[in-house]
Amino acid sequence: MTEQPRSYQTEAIIIRRTKLGEADRILTLFTPEYGKLRAIAKGSRRPGSKFGGHVELLTHSLLQLARGHNLEIVTQAQTMNSFLPLREDLKRLSSGLYLAELIDAFISEDIEDRDLFDFVIMTLKELSTAENLDTVLRYFELHLLHKMGYQPQLQTCSGCGARLYPGTNCFSAAHGGVLCVECGFDEPAARSISVNALKVLRLWQTCDYATAYKVNINQELTIELESVLREYIRHVLEKQLKSTAFLDMLRH
Amino acid sequence: MKLDFNNTAEPIARLIEEFNKLPGIGPKSAQRLTYHLLQSPQEKSEELAKAILSLKQDLSLCPVCFNITDVNPCSLCSDSGRDHTKICVVEDPADILPLERTRKFNGVYHVLHGVISPADGIGPDEIKIKELLMRLQDGAVTEIILATNPNTEGEATAMYIHGLVAPLGIQMTRLARGLPYGGDLEYADDVTLSRALEGRQQL
Repeated sequence: MTEQPRSYQTEAIIIRRTKLGEADRILTLFTPEYGKLRAIAKGSRRPGSKFGGHVELLTHSLLQLARGHNLEIVTQAQTMNSFLPLREDLKRLSSGLYLAELIDAFISEDIEDRDLFDFVIMTLKELSTAENLDTVLRYFELHLLHKMGYQPQLQTCSGCGARLYPGTNCFSAAHGGVLCVECGFDEPAARSISVNALKVLRLWQTCDYATAYKVNINQELTIELESVLREYIRHVLEKQLKSTAFLDMLRH
Repeated sequence: MKLDFNNTAEPIARLIEEFNKLPGIGPKSAQRLTYHLLQSPQEKSEELAKAILSLKQDLSLCPVCFNITDVNPCSLCSDSGRDHTKICVVEDPADILPLERTRKFNGVYHVLHGVISPADGIGPDEIKIKELLMRLQDGAVTEIILATNPNTEGEATAMYIHGLVAPLGIQMTRLARGLPYGGDLEYADDVTLSRALEGRQQL
């Protein structure tokens, strides 16, 4: 086995932080080369700490890490992007926190995926500026599911493979996609999905952010899309993400 | 980790285990403290035991500001020399002490007992925000100073409270966020520096 260097540099997005001891924090990092890492930022809760805002949640930073026994130790930190506008608006910030929890839940340790990392950075930029934050979140969820191997089947019935007819069809989290009316009838856990919701999801699967914004989505459709994807994500992760409750609270 | 207590008398093992549960106390320190108590006079242990018991028995939360107190309401809330029209909102009871040490604030406090942290399942209902709004109902309060920590959760909490209180027309301020005294510009992050620039003051 080749000797690994004791200290190495990596880009990272801080997706979770917990307090440790008197003035330290444990950071959960999402990195392009090493997937999810956990590292200690010593003294980072003191006001004069050299880490300061460089290791805040949802910051894109360049970190120097030293290998520790269980956890890595942060030795240097420099912000690359702090997504400032994201921090100055509660809706943007809470959407960002949801995104962080989503990444934490989906990404496992030790995966190398530069594309996914760049996609997350791009999404954080979108969350800092976009007008329709719901669109950003749904688009992100859809593409994250795809990258993680859970792309919902939206073209044909995921039960019998039949062509779908325009009109109300069903969506089944357990089948991982849309069911035709007959298959949906046999599946008690399936829910209905409107033709508009299906069209929007199909378009978003293949387009970029700029195109995604062009779709005009009313309140009713926003809620439908959110609940379809939320249900599916809950099925895949086998748990409900906690930060959705705060997002719902801000909407009302 | 379960400690191994082969052939150790049960009371000793029990105390070592209890000490070991405390933050910053490992198995070795726990052992040392236990044997120290064993060798010191009976009264010493009794004093310690009493102090620990009274911590929970004699303390409660002030029904007004939710600071930890042994009198009802707490000494800060019952002090008529303080300005009861200004409320400083803090995350934890421990945050009051450093603010009091500055001697720059003569108002009263409100302790939230936490911050909004959606990913940990802590929303506004889990901390004392409703209780803060109740205190504002009689219209006597003229200023709210948001002294939650200058980090993501602290900011989220401040913004949330601002959203609720702003319609009431009460003046709201946030502790200045910028460079720490004794700090170093070289190590400052962009968020801190941008805010330090925005909040710069005429000399």
